[in-house]
Amino acid sequence: MRMHELSIAESVVEAVLERTGDQHVTCVRLSVGRLSGVVPDALTFCFELATAGTALEGAELEIIQLSGRAHCRSCDQDFEKDDLILLCECGSADVDVVAGRELSVTSVEVA
Amino acid sequence: MCATCGCGTDEVRVSGEAVASHDHSDGHDHGHTHEHGHDHGHAHDHDHEHPHTHVEPTDELRTHTLELETAVLAKNDELAADNRAWLSSRGIAAINLMSSPGAGKTSLLERTIRDNGPARQLSVIEGDQETVFDADRIRAAGARAVQINTGSGCHLDATMVRRGLDSLAPADGDLVVLENVGNLVCPALFDLGEAKKVVIISVTEGDDKPLKYPHMFAAADLVVVNKTDLLPYVDFDVDRCEKDARSLNPDVTWLPMSVHSGEGLDEWYGWLRGL
Repeated sequence: MRMHELSIAESVVEAVLERTGDQHVTCVRLSVGRLSGVVPDALTFCFELATAGTALEGAELEIIQLSGRAHCRSCDQDFEKDDLILLCECGSADVDVVAGRELSVTSVEVA
Repeated sequence: MCATCGCGTDEVRVSGEAVASHDHSDGHDHGHTHEHGHDHGHAHDHDHEHPHTHVEPTDELRTHTLELETAVLAKNDELAADNRAWLSSRGIAAINLMSSPGAGKTSLLERTIRDNGPARQLSVIEGDQETVFDADRIRAAGARAVQINTGSGCHLDATMVRRGLDSLAPADGDLVVLENVGNLVCPALFDLGEAKKVVIISVTEGDDKPLKYPHMFAAADLVVVNKTDLLPYVDFDVDRCEKDARSLNPDVTWLPMSVHSGEGLDEWYGWLRGL
């Protein structure tokens, strides 16, 4: 079964090629939030498959994992959140995820 | 990380000619050297006739950083926004129907079509890895359907739905159901352009699914708990399941149902009519 990380890896390649054309890309840097639903190891595995035969072939993938943060509207506090269970220490579930869903290409190295 | 040699100095951002001056203070030795063919420290003139070549750094050393800051799923999200605009300009409501395989997506749609539950014409884009079984079932129930086979793909994406809509050609004001590939993981990440996301969980799957597949339940607008007629025979705590789902998604609409017995169908049709 194909995992969604393969689609994500293909989207990474597509997003990069759109900006770099046929320049040789040696490194791709991604920000992946811990609440994004993307598993870095699986993505790294798929990246090699997705880059084969493209100008990104052989490029390194650097993944920066970003922590999740949430804001509680009841006690007005921000707190770290590395899972999707929206419960503040104060007991409130009136909580917004404010960071951790990121999934973006931050920069690339081109030769 | 050093982009030239791959060594672990995370703060290094190599850019252009500056490659030649980057310094590895950890003392490890690099096999490569950076030399220009002649020295500019003296005032020689360039009027001589003989061929004169600068030895440039090799291509692999001349990498430079390009800042992108591009959302990885931007393309899918753009296409999904196009789908959403296309649908809403025609008064078409679309729902993205997701569940694990066998939870009862197609059975619910068959019953909905036969009952004319939503009181408007319903058509279906069926997503499965292989076969046209489900589209055949929908047509046999009396609605129009197109089948998308994703091959090895584990979810529908906005491009597939665009093609599906072109082929389905729903009439203005229709209700379109995008029946996703049976999978509680991947479909959660891909916006299709739908108005609402519906997740079906059946009581035979176990009540631990919301916490095991949190992204799916966090994204849902409506959770249908199907096959409640089987509750006497299985160990499924509906209240615990609802509590867990609400810990991920406090405002989600929660609907126990049995397509077999008819429990919850009136509420389902009411929800569809409200779209």
